[in-house]
Amino acid sequence: MEFFLISLLNGVSYGLLLFMLSSGLTLIFSMMGVLNFAHATFYMLGAYIAYQISVWVGYWPALFIAPIVVGLGGALFERYSLRRVHKFGHVPELLVTFGLSYCISEFVQLIWGRAPVDYRIPALLDGPLFTIYTTTFPAYRGFMMLVAVLMLVAVYLLFTKTRIGLVIQGALSHPDMVEALGHNVPRVFMMVFGGGCALAGLAGVIGGNAFVTEPGMALTVGSIIFVVVVVGGMGSLAGAFVASLLIGIVQTFAVALDNSFVTLFSRFGWTITPDTIGYPFLKLTISQVAPIMPYLLLVLILIFRPRGLMGKRDD
Amino acid sequence: MTDLAAQRTDAPADRPRGRTLKFVPINVGQSALWIFFVLAMVIAPLIFKSSLSLTILSQIGTLIIVCLSYNMLLGQSGMLSFGHAVYVGLGAFISIHVMNAITAGSFHLPVSLVPLIGGLAGAFFGVLFGYVTTKKSGTTFAMITLGIGELVAASSLMLPEFFGGEAGITTNRVIGEPVVGITFGPQIQVYYLIAIWCLVCTALMYAFTKTPLGRMANAVRDNPERAEFVGYNTQRVRYLVVIIAGFFAGIAGGLGAINFEIVSSENVSTVRSGAYLLFTFLGGVGFFFGPIIGAVIFVLSFVMLSEITKAWLLYLGIFFLLMVMYAPGGIASLIMMNLRVAQFGKFRRMAVPYLLVIAAALPLFVGVVSLIEMLYHLQLESAGGTEMRLFGVTVDTASVTAWIVAALITAAGTASMFFASRRFKRAWGSAQSEIQEQIERSLA
Amino acid sequence: MTQRDQGTVHASRTGECAIELRDVRKSFGKSEIIRGATLAIPAGERHAVIGPNGAGKSTLFNLISGRFGVTSGDILLDGRSILGLAPFEINRCGLSRSFQITNIFPRLSVFENLRCAVLWSLGYKYSFWHSLARLRDARLRAEEVLELIGLRRRHDVAAGMLTYAEQRALEIGITVAGGASVILLDEPTAGMSRSESDHAVELIRRVTVGKTLIMVEHDMSVVFGLADRISVLVYGEVVATDIPAAIRTNRKVQEAYLGSHAEEAHA
Repeated sequence: MEFFLISLLNGVSYGLLLFMLSSGLTLIFSMMGVLNFAHATFYMLGAYIAYQISVWVGYWPALFIAPIVVGLGGALFERYSLRRVHKFGHVPELLVTFGLSYCISEFVQLIWGRAPVDYRIPALLDGPLFTIYTTTFPAYRGFMMLVAVLMLVAVYLLFTKTRIGLVIQGALSHPDMVEALGHNVPRVFMMVFGGGCALAGLAGVIGGNAFVTEPGMALTVGSIIFVVVVVGGMGSLAGAFVASLLIGIVQTFAVALDNSFVTLFSRFGWTITPDTIGYPFLKLTISQVAPIMPYLLLVLILIFRPRGLMGKRDD
Repeated sequence: MTDLAAQRTDAPADRPRGRTLKFVPINVGQSALWIFFVLAMVIAPLIFKSSLSLTILSQIGTLIIVCLSYNMLLGQSGMLSFGHAVYVGLGAFISIHVMNAITAGSFHLPVSLVPLIGGLAGAFFGVLFGYVTTKKSGTTFAMITLGIGELVAASSLMLPEFFGGEAGITTNRVIGEPVVGITFGPQIQVYYLIAIWCLVCTALMYAFTKTPLGRMANAVRDNPERAEFVGYNTQRVRYLVVIIAGFFAGIAGGLGAINFEIVSSENVSTVRSGAYLLFTFLGGVGFFFGPIIGAVIFVLSFVMLSEITKAWLLYLGIFFLLMVMYAPGGIASLIMMNLRVAQFGKFRRMAVPYLLVIAAALPLFVGVVSLIEMLYHLQLESAGGTEMRLFGVTVDTASVTAWIVAALITAAGTASMFFASRRFKRAWGSAQSEIQEQIERSLA
Repeated sequence: MTQRDQGTVHASRTGECAIELRDVRKSFGKSEIIRGATLAIPAGERHAVIGPNGAGKSTLFNLISGRFGVTSGDILLDGRSILGLAPFEINRCGLSRSFQITNIFPRLSVFENLRCAVLWSLGYKYSFWHSLARLRDARLRAEEVLELIGLRRRHDVAAGMLTYAEQRALEIGITVAGGASVILLDEPTAGMSRSESDHAVELIRRVTVGKTLIMVEHDMSVVFGLADRISVLVYGEVVATDIPAAIRTNRKVQEAYLGSHAEEAHA
């Protein structure tokens, strides 16, 4: 029971982190039609910059400074690079973000090296939040969930209650019309792109020390958020939310389960030996399969519901 | 090997009035290129004889097939795939298992035909994965290929029997009785095997571009909706292209297995897929020969550039970024554009602007490289001392002077590039518009 | 010239009607764009669909050609329902359409564009073992259409480089090249000058000989010059279907275009 609750909470916190990332990706995609391949790399950049700032000054300043730095970087990239490529079409746009992710990745390794860096959870938050029987729920996980929820509420309010939010909403579906009404749509694009990157950077700040901060983190998380976006339905924020939580919870549970078909069958009294056909598959435990679960979900969704959980009908 | 779009290589209609004489214009330029290509592949190892050269040539031969097969997806059909290494790698794995089976005596096949098995494996996985990936198109397709690529890469650690775990699967390519004295022990024999497969595959892939399916793949790339409205199921077209591209990718995988005698999970990794994408794009996706250039750059970068500087991946990334922004057609398009300008006699006016751009690019290049190399040295190699050799000058990376000098050179380079590129754009623009006018006049 | 009738809607005699719409409705979310369109077009007729802006003419075309699905109602092609069929399936049944916004293959040459349009109808399907250069029938048919649309001198020019009027002509060429028996043309003369329109009308007349033509048009001279019968679509409903002369004097039509002050305007 405690296992279930703790795993559920852990899964939700991981899922919220995924949603912070995939929401930025979805926003950028919905508005600009650009799939930001470098999104997860901004996540990584946020973690590394936060690490550096926390080494120099402390964690709490990093929480505010790092996302701003990352957001500014994203906005500059949009202004001087992405905008240039816009006229070539969607494939070059995707390729330029791919190239950027490559460059940032190498640059990060250049400055901080190839080994993981010791990005620590601040002492204040390092400890259990509460204990259920014998299992503890870390305070930092709770903090992560808090930040994620606050951020998302802030973004929601920004969109629905402010004037700039209205302009952004309009530009999301009808950029030409909004521009014709006199708004500086290219500047709006730049702000949205920068904002999405800042969100990713913030996710990196709070996620980098909870999980590991190393050069490979962008790739692992990157492909998962793409899966989230496809499974949720391209362009659907609600779908991304559902898919993030689903994948976060499923993966967290899976990692902890050591059952396999062998253990399942042995409960019924069937013994499986290495000579049985398909043994290599049957002996796989759920925890071993955990890394590919999001991708299996992707395949299933594509076969049975290609538009995604909450996507619109036409691609 | 010419522009996919507009070169007329089919015979014109019969002359009216019952004349049976048919005039087929032989494209001299194209034939010359093919002959050059064949000759180059045959003669190269006789000129470059060192074992390093043979390694490079063998890898180039294999990668030409990989990049051409990748371009069937990207350049010809407009399908951006982040998971091509899956087909190459799985073809390699099947091939290496087959080779081990041949060694064990449970299977009989000459080593030279093993790539064919790799090809069939690649096609099989194309049937399997393609069914899922081609359900969508465009950016969604790209993401799905990434997901499938990760799926296979992650599975590789779960199934050590097939994938060999961290260490991979090894084999011995010298199996069975030598045929006509060929054992495939010496690298030169392997090279010629690769060369033959490369030539055959290149010819086949080129021929594919001139078939109904190949042409409809172009149509689907240009305008999938219109293709539907002329009676074609675009999803089916894409699916078939994935399978055929998978076939050739698998052949390349098999050749790689023979060449290196080892295949590991790295062969199906996303990093590999990214590399195939990067270099094919650098070579140029709009022309058939572009990926061939890309393959050459691929191998030379990995083998030679990596020796010159440790930051070579970063340079590659920057180069790629600049290419996407300024020359999305790749090196092939740069060549063809300049050939076109020369063809119309406008090249002389470009000579000075080109020289200016090169002269301006030099300080920018020196400055940026210095900064990166110094940073690299400082961060990762200062254990051996802070001094390093840069462009023939000994530099102390710990001193501020060095950094200021490098920054100044970079600034000077940026400024001079700004002016030189403006001049270049003007000259280029005027040449292009004159060419356009000439074309219009000839058609009017 | 084809059949003329007395101005009443043909009773649907299956086998005689090339295209038939039966109480077709289409809603996008809460807005009903097509509210019960009923139409019967006999084979070989040149039929124009006109109506004020926003009446749903393009939507109707999209429904017929399979780009969108209907919310309710039925569409029959040669007596067979084509509801739920994908566009390529409908095309294979003998219906072809052009687009209001030019929809060609920009990077292929003009000739290649036309050749692509004939490949399926000639049975080459997904072949990767035929060499295009050797396919005489494909080449001849493409050259034939090329001549018909008057773009022979643009044979090898990339389609994206053509002028607007040339692209519209190519659009029509691609539509008819496959030999479809029912041709849908969506505003074929949109954006053309007077002389370009006249050329286009001649072209359309040439290429639709013996075929059923359904045309959406705004240009009345084109409509009255080409059509055997005209349907008027207002707010998603067919308010009148008749020969051109009768439509001109039809009261409902006048109201739809000119508002309720139609009489004064006409006077």
